[in-house]
Amino acid sequence: MTTLGTATQLLELVCATLAAPAFLGWVSQCRAWLQNRSAPSLLQPYLGLRKLFHKDVVLAENASPLFRVAPYVVFGTMVAAAAIIPSMGTGLPLSMAADAIALVGLLATARVFLSLAAMDIGTAFGTLGARREMMVGFLAEPALLMVVFVAAMISKTTSLPLIAEGLTTRALALHPSLAFTAVGFTMVLLAENARIPVDNPATHLELTMIHEAMLLEYSGRHLAMMEWAAALKLLNYACIGFALFIPWGTSTEASGPQGLLLAVPVLVAKLAVAGAGLALIETLSAKLRVFRAPEFLATAFLLAVLGLLMHLLLGD
Amino acid sequence: MSFSYLNACLTMLLAWGAIGVAGLLRPRSVEFAGRTLFPLGAAVGIALAVLALSGIATPAERAVLPLGLPGLPFHLRRDALSCVFLALLGGASAGISIFSTGYFRKGEGALPGLLCLEYHCFLASMGLVLLADDAYAFMVAWETMALSSYFLVTTQHRIPEIRSAGFLYLLIAHVGAIGILLSFGVMQGGTWQFTFDAMRAAHLSPGWATIAFGLALFGFGAKAGLVPMHVWLPEAHPAAPSPVSALMSGVMLKTAVYGVLRVSFDLLDGLQWWWGLVALGLGLVSAFYGVIFAAVQTDMKRLLAWSSIENIGIVFTGVGLTIVFQGAGMGPLAALALVATLYHCLNHAFMKSVLFLGTGCVLHATGERNLGRLGGLIHRMPWVAWLTLVGVLAIAGLPPLNGFVSEWLLLQAFLFAGDVPQTFVNMLLPVGAAVVALCTALAGYVMVKFFGVIFLGQPREAGLAGAHDAGLVERLGLLWLAAACIGLGLFPVQVIGSLDVVARELLKLPAGGWGSEWWLLAPAAARHASYGPLALFGVTLVVVVLAALGVRGVYRRRVRRGPAWDCGFARLDARMQDTAEGFGQPIRHVFEPFFQMERELPTPFDAAPRYRVSVGDRLWTLLYLPLAATVRWVAEQVARLQQGRIATYLLYSFVTLIALLALVL
Repeated sequence: MTTLGTATQLLELVCATLAAPAFLGWVSQCRAWLQNRSAPSLLQPYLGLRKLFHKDVVLAENASPLFRVAPYVVFGTMVAAAAIIPSMGTGLPLSMAADAIALVGLLATARVFLSLAAMDIGTAFGTLGARREMMVGFLAEPALLMVVFVAAMISKTTSLPLIAEGLTTRALALHPSLAFTAVGFTMVLLAENARIPVDNPATHLELTMIHEAMLLEYSGRHLAMMEWAAALKLLNYACIGFALFIPWGTSTEASGPQGLLLAVPVLVAKLAVAGAGLALIETLSAKLRVFRAPEFLATAFLLAVLGLLMHLLLGD
Repeated sequence: MSFSYLNACLTMLLAWGAIGVAGLLRPRSVEFAGRTLFPLGAAVGIALAVLALSGIATPAERAVLPLGLPGLPFHLRRDALSCVFLALLGGASAGISIFSTGYFRKGEGALPGLLCLEYHCFLASMGLVLLADDAYAFMVAWETMALSSYFLVTTQHRIPEIRSAGFLYLLIAHVGAIGILLSFGVMQGGTWQFTFDAMRAAHLSPGWATIAFGLALFGFGAKAGLVPMHVWLPEAHPAAPSPVSALMSGVMLKTAVYGVLRVSFDLLDGLQWWWGLVALGLGLVSAFYGVIFAAVQTDMKRLLAWSSIENIGIVFTGVGLTIVFQGAGMGPLAALALVATLYHCLNHAFMKSVLFLGTGCVLHATGERNLGRLGGLIHRMPWVAWLTLVGVLAIAGLPPLNGFVSEWLLLQAFLFAGDVPQTFVNMLLPVGAAVVALCTALAGYVMVKFFGVIFLGQPREAGLAGAHDAGLVERLGLLWLAAACIGLGLFPVQVIGSLDVVARELLKLPAGGWGSEWWLLAPAAARHASYGPLALFGVTLVVVVLAALGVRGVYRRRVRRGPAWDCGFARLDARMQDTAEGFGQPIRHVFEPFFQMERELPTPFDAAPRYRVSVGDRLWTLLYLPLAATVRWVAEQVARLQQGRIATYLLYSFVTLIALLALVL
């Protein structure tokens, strides 16, 4: 465990946690521009969180302790996930403790807690949201796992930093399998983060919503933690995408402190582009009916499996 | 006489038998059987687990018991493989026995003393199955196990459904036993020696070896509940009392896994890699079939039974993978797959016991098995709810609990299979990994449904308000099992240290192959992959605690209680929540072709509209009913011989004699 590794680890953890709402703000901003609306400030999500933190919590009478614990558990797992993903540097000491499969498991833990908490009050919306979230999850999770597998088979390891390093240090080669999986991954990202076409982060129409339906009974600091965790989740998914498909620019053990300093602006640039791309996709596509969501995700899953077979057929 | 682990283990099994017989002393007393004998049984279980664990690395021991037929005594042998399963038996049954101490009540079916006898006979016979070293002892123990568990399943034998469930179980158990018996018959290879040593020494031609393996897979698969021999599980588990369901699902199914491992890696020589594909295929089909059916169940114990089919499917996937790797000469990967398999057996024993015992508490508190009449029990039964949550998260394969460890190991084995000599197997294996991933994600769905509908939300019936939490001893039993789930999840390196001994002994591999850090699981076969649950859990816990304390400390806002908001809708009632059917609807929709559905939809003119949907297993109509019809037809044809007149029977004897004479002369 080197000092540089520890420094990278801490920097990543703090930056990801603090910057996540800004990334969400950036996506909303881009979306507003693309849709010819005047855009909210980049800091809007922070203001929202601050407002929520300053409010009292109104808890339903029949809320169990699980309901109160869940926001912190979801937030905690998302922060832990952020600590594993090599977004800035690959020499992360914590990434030893959890490889890509464990990362998928962590994200699943957050999903299960979120769904259980949504069922706790026993409202129609809560259970509806939980059911839909699990429906999205049961196809998105294996799809993500398959995406990870393709990258793992190319780099012959499931450790995310090693996958990222493997891809940066190799000669630039076209991996057709990665192209398939990248499309699959983007679809998973959209579905898992409650974006259009699977869900709409701006909606409060009960027939369509998934993620928002689960949060309806939350208020005050609990809601703030959930919102923050959702922002972190989006950032995490973006960073997983970078690590798997465009890892160039992340610092390695070899590149030293300068590499780390350079990695920060590179990451910001990647996030800016990715956020704009996400906004573009969301603007161009229409919301699917909930019944169509499994088809959308099955496509993602099959694309990832196809990528896997492509890798096996064509070799590296 | 010097100390031997085999003798010590055997003493424990005898102790179980003695405890069972002691139950007959005062057969009608719940106090005596429940409060005295079951705790003793639990203590014996713990002792057995400790013995088995400490004896795991010692060389194999043999013994010949002066029991059995003349010239055919019982041979026993204890090696690393039997030790692992004995530890599983002892550890899981200890928790279940502690729980049973408080569980069995007066007036529930059979007499408590009889129940105690059956229960401990069941335990002892499972132990004997694991120690048997000849076909005769094995089959005697196997049949004792089947019969004692049959009587346990039919504890409440006055209910017709339970009798027929018991019959179905007995029938499939015996069809399976025939398969196993025939498999032993093939494996003796013409020597007519039925000791396992003779089978190890016998050389079979590839064809006969394949037949022996196929018969064993069929026989043990019927006991384990592999599709299509799974039909007894969803019937027998709801019928049995909950501790018995826990014991059958958690432990008995594993004896079948033990049998398959014993036959394929120890008794049969000339293992062929493609047998593994068969086991792998059956395992994947079972896992998938089990989990989608679990998702649409409305009876909580039936749901768990289907989930057992899924888990057994995953275990057999691991067995298949081990055979493929071993057959292809890839030792380290085979060891990885075998360790994953054994790990999943251990995990499932504990987590499924927690869940079944949890449903037992719910059943006692509410008298209800139907998910549609439960809900909100976390307020009434916090102990049961939180301990069940541990089992739920474990079986859903979530870190840092134990279910994730075996899933992780299995996926690693799948992922680095790239060097199997056969190209098309190379292509198939990652697709297998995709199926395993899908099943695990679906298991999460099933478990959210299970926990959410039973324990969360509002009570769906008025009667649930009177539900009471489990008693002290029941909590203790649940606590034991839940603690095992957490321990197996957080300290995988220590567990694997023991399991690896088995892998080495059974697959005849050199030592090593695992990382040396005590907190970091790093199989060498998986190339730079590592998993440290303790560190991961520690970091997450620190973040959770810091976030909770920080947010409360900085902002200091109050928490007020009020009615649920529900978007401003004022008249919230329990019927607005999702039912179990509703929660399973997406699965029913997505995997529609697999289900046999009967829908009854109301018309607009119905005075009392009724909506009903029932989901059936297609295999009943596709396989079992035609099979039953064929058997009946054959029986009817044979029945024509029976005229009921003595003259006809004399004629048959005469014709037979003539025919025999003609044959001899």
